[in-house]
Amino acid sequence: MKVPHLYFDHNATTPVAPEVLEATVSCLGQVYGNASSIHHFGQAAKQRLEAARRQLSSLVNANPTDLIFTSGGTEADNMAVLGVARAATGSTRHVVVSSIEHPAVLAACMQLEKEGVALTRLRVGSSGVVQPEDVRDALRPDTVLVTVMHANNELGTLQPISEIARLTRERRIPLHVDGVQALGKIPVDVEALGADLYSISGHKIYAPKGVGALWVRKGTRLAPITFGGHHERDRRPGTENVPGIVAFGAAAELVAHNLPAETTRLTALRDRLESQILDRIPGAGINGSLWNRVANTSNVCFDGIDGEALVIALDLRGCSVSTGAACSSGALAPSHVLTAIGLPNDRARASMRFSLGRSNTVQQVDTLVEALEASVAHLRRISVHA
Amino acid sequence: MPEPSPLSGLDGAPIAVAMSGGVDSSTVAALLVRQGHAVVGLTMQLWNQRRLPELVPDGGSVGRCCSLDDVYDARRVAEQIGIPYYVVNFERQFEEQVVKPFVDEYLAGRTPVPCTLCNNYIKFDRFLEMADSVGARHIATGHYARIRFDQPSGRYQMLRPADHSKDQTYFLFGLTQPQMARTLFPLGELTKPEVRELARSMDLAVASKNDSQEICFVPNGDYAAFLTAYLKETGVAPSDTRGEIVSTGGRTLGRHDGVHHFTVGQRRGLGVAAAEPLYVISTDPQSQRVIVGGVDELLRGTFFARSVNWISISGVSQPLRAAVKIRNKHAAAPALLQPTADPTRVEVLFDEPQRAVTPGQGAVFYQGDLVLGGGWIE
Repeated sequence: MKVPHLYFDHNATTPVAPEVLEATVSCLGQVYGNASSIHHFGQAAKQRLEAARRQLSSLVNANPTDLIFTSGGTEADNMAVLGVARAATGSTRHVVVSSIEHPAVLAACMQLEKEGVALTRLRVGSSGVVQPEDVRDALRPDTVLVTVMHANNELGTLQPISEIARLTRERRIPLHVDGVQALGKIPVDVEALGADLYSISGHKIYAPKGVGALWVRKGTRLAPITFGGHHERDRRPGTENVPGIVAFGAAAELVAHNLPAETTRLTALRDRLESQILDRIPGAGINGSLWNRVANTSNVCFDGIDGEALVIALDLRGCSVSTGAACSSGALAPSHVLTAIGLPNDRARASMRFSLGRSNTVQQVDTLVEALEASVAHLRRISVHA
Repeated sequence: MPEPSPLSGLDGAPIAVAMSGGVDSSTVAALLVRQGHAVVGLTMQLWNQRRLPELVPDGGSVGRCCSLDDVYDARRVAEQIGIPYYVVNFERQFEEQVVKPFVDEYLAGRTPVPCTLCNNYIKFDRFLEMADSVGARHIATGHYARIRFDQPSGRYQMLRPADHSKDQTYFLFGLTQPQMARTLFPLGELTKPEVRELARSMDLAVASKNDSQEICFVPNGDYAAFLTAYLKETGVAPSDTRGEIVSTGGRTLGRHDGVHHFTVGQRRGLGVAAAEPLYVISTDPQSQRVIVGGVDELLRGTFFARSVNWISISGVSQPLRAAVKIRNKHAAAPALLQPTADPTRVEVLFDEPQRAVTPGQGAVFYQGDLVLGGGWIE
């Protein structure tokens, strides 16, 4: 049963781009110094590290010294949420979080709740977009942090960060934005957005797993969550993952170069996928807003289908997709994002996330639609008999 | 070394193997691959072992069903034999159809058999649907039992396995004809040592893994602790079934902490001093009484079985001789099956009275190796 496997799950992770691989391998082989060492080898590593920092800073229009490298998006999110809330003084503390955040943010907020921090979870409507008025209404005198993602990982919907930032800046409340699913998919300008902290991850933009970063606006108070050496200007201890960071820099360079053309191409591919699904498969519908979303993501509900069964059936036909966040695969509860936009449990369980990327072609999308049409028809046929 | 003969009549469609990560189901998957079948490995995630942490103070590292270790083992075997492999989550269905009924039965003063419910509603129902999803016509499991098609009657019959010491037919009495038509038990002709030897000969990493014991979601077989923890987690007051311990003659002998701590035939843990050993004769959830008595009072010569599922025969219209097993470790005892007006209800009349006929347990009817059917003790 050997079939060629096609990959439509780029929001879970991306393959390392050849250009990125080249930069990483050269670094792995030759640049082995500890970037903190004062000698020749350390300096060589430090140079590569700082060059990568400049590449990334340039991509998001940040000051390089405000970028802290981490082990990935989860660490960046944890560092932001826990760090800001724990640095805040005052007898009571309050955090505002959207209900469609990634678990790296939500679980960190729940940890704060255990530490006595009050939490307001912002509801979203069926569009999957946070309303700035809801943020305004949620703010309290003791609010110490607002955290809202830039692009949702399951729906691809973009959140009105600039509007939210206007509200938080007025009141001098730090705003954290989880930008892991936005970077590489839309232009990101942290200054223009008005955020105070912004999380990004390497493996979502064709760099390897194990590297991410947190941008922190100067003047934002951040309590440490890990303890050790003086790396990253005393903000993130631990010997820097130089090859990973170099890869991240190379990937940022690629994004800067390819983003406009790739966005146009992926939008056309995504629209082709959606229109073919809606044309050819009865009882299918797009979840979340059709507008204001990233180009590569499509979340589709197939009436009466068990999402888990469809993922397996498609995989056996050579098409790899997912029901939602890979981090919650096999979870008991349906996706908290789909539940938050008002889908009943059965429809949430009947939903699939397609996330396209660099390698996907028109032919691949057509193959996916054929596999979907056959699998959905098969699953519906057997569920009639069951 | 004996090896089951290759299966015939399968049309080349893949076989879905239920892989628990243990030696039996791993051997099944590897055997089927060796025989040239297309195989898809599926592990059913049934219960989150971290859910009631107070039950496993050591952090739940002990090798029980559905632990992450078992999934790791199953995945490793699938990788070794080169088959597609997936973990499918049936936790929701398992809780609804196995755990909740298990708890309800205990609270109603009966002693349930969750493995049978799991076979009826999960392994041979939900799992068959999942097999359909992946385009598999047949499923295969590591159960020790045999299925054969009987031409004259047109029925699929079930037989005890070659290795009587591993016989699992007691838990399989609920299987329907359509389920049996699609089920393969490749280990039915083998003994456990032979299966281990086969696993070793195929270099399966799980060849010397310990057998699973007890009920998979109840750590250390401590039902009462599980019930207490589960009821607490689901918000039901756990201690409202306390009551009196009463002799069969009606005399109050003491008090107990809840009827769900007791099962018919139980001797230990009564906390009542008496001249002769006392056993639980019955529990009465209405009055919350536990009735105890001497060993002789445990004996019963007759009972009714309800919801009988007929397997190897279509039913009984005349009284029929059979050997009847009333719990998994019970040696089937000779009896007469007496039909009633309801074809799914029979009266069982033992030749010799049997100890601890326990409401809620299964009663399975045999003739030699043939499994006639079974039902639930009323």
